[in-house]
Amino acid sequence: MIDVINLNKTYGKLDVLKGITTSIRQGEKIAIIGPSGSGKSTFLRCLNRMEEPTGGSIVFDGRDITDPKADIDEHRRQMGMVFQHFNLFNNKTVLENIMLAPVYLGLRDLRRLRRRNRLIRLRNLFGGGELPLHPIDTSAARIKAEARENALRLLKRIGLEDKADAYPSTLSGGQKQRIAIVRALAMNPKVLLFDEPTSALDPEMVGEVLDLIRQLADEGMTMVIVTHEMGFAREVATRVLFMDGGQILEDDAPERIFSDPRHPRTREFLSKVL
Amino acid sequence: MGNFDKKLERFWEVFIEHGGYVKVLTGLQNTVWIAVAGLAIGILIGTLIAIIRVAPKSGVLSRALDGLCVFYVGLFRGTPIVVQLLVAYYVMLPLIGVNIPALQVCVIVFGLNSGAYVSEIMRGGILSVDPGQMEAGRALGLNYRVTMLKIVVPQAVKNIVPTLGNEFITLIKETSVVSFVGAADLYVAFNYIGSNNYEFMVPYLIMALIYIALVAIAALIIRQLERSLRKSDRRH
Repeated sequence: MIDVINLNKTYGKLDVLKGITTSIRQGEKIAIIGPSGSGKSTFLRCLNRMEEPTGGSIVFDGRDITDPKADIDEHRRQMGMVFQHFNLFNNKTVLENIMLAPVYLGLRDLRRLRRRNRLIRLRNLFGGGELPLHPIDTSAARIKAEARENALRLLKRIGLEDKADAYPSTLSGGQKQRIAIVRALAMNPKVLLFDEPTSALDPEMVGEVLDLIRQLADEGMTMVIVTHEMGFAREVATRVLFMDGGQILEDDAPERIFSDPRHPRTREFLSKVL
Repeated sequence: MGNFDKKLERFWEVFIEHGGYVKVLTGLQNTVWIAVAGLAIGILIGTLIAIIRVAPKSGVLSRALDGLCVFYVGLFRGTPIVVQLLVAYYVMLPLIGVNIPALQVCVIVFGLNSGAYVSEIMRGGILSVDPGQMEAGRALGLNYRVTMLKIVVPQAVKNIVPTLGNEFITLIKETSVVSFVGAADLYVAFNYIGSNNYEFMVPYLIMALIYIALVAIAALIIRQLERSLRKSDRRH
């Protein structure tokens, strides 16, 4: 689904990523582990071009998204991202947070379709042609109602439907992160990217967020998770990448990496964190 | 104090019988109008400039626009508002060859002037919003413009309401120079009343009190606005 080919990222003279090549297949749950500054987060953020790669390419569903002409917004809609610091929209209620992007994009697509139909009608009128119109089987009200229904369903799933009209500042970190996850889900993404989703949480809230991620994994969601939760990586991931110094040093099944690491750096790292 | 009573009496005479109150009301209306409309234009221009200035400077166009904005802000912050009024009314208008009433010219000049100040306030406001907010919007597939307008700017505005209120109060007070181009504000009204019998003490005193009252009302409105905007911070 995602092919990363010789990905490079430099900040000035600093090489953060040095030629990363890997593939992410549908349904895989990939945990990226490694010491701080190893480039894990930068790698993850390059996948949806939150960071601009300085070399190499990323092919998502057969299209090179590092191509300057690629519509990156279109790709990002299919790649949900969850941040360490949740980044819920502070000026929006929980429900609005979840509905905002689906409603905006739905309405925009509707406007585009209507505009195109107007043009076709005009052309038919003056050119005498009989070009077919694009079928429109929705309306602005329906787009909003459906987004709302979907948002409420997602909130119910995480047991926070009573928080629908609350503002993010009134929520706990665990609640915020779970809402951030369903906000990404509301776009029906093909893959979810998690950037240290539990690192900013109080210890007692880590469990509820990991539980939700585990559920999504069990349902078959493709995901890439940068994490320091080794137990979780071992349990949920289907593949673990160990990164250090801007390179993938080891890429293997979790059982192998955690019980029998090949690379001395992996061994050293795991002996410190486990 | 008998002297003061006499002055008050004379003022009252001109105020009521010689139609002074009409002038004062017109002046009050113009003063408030210039300040309010000026701030509204200022917020529009200021937001636009601020967004241009914080946008990533990738191409030639964005860099040229940025330069233009820097020039604009420098121009309007670098000259006194009286000079801007005089240049607009006595230099620009005759050069272009159009005839616009003094009041409208004042509204426009105050708007342009305020735009320069508001742009800096707004820029600070936008930069104070957590960059994560922009990232979250972009990661959902919203483009830069939409994320800016729906997420970042509303939060920036909330942060800068107190500073914008300051700007509004400054504007109210600065309008007292519009008589330089012949617009009729509070000063013109009270000057008229005083000139009627060369008794300036009471008119100017009352003028000062009206300005204080205006600013107090403005401060009250700003505080209410702040309170209602803080809705999303309240725990409920």
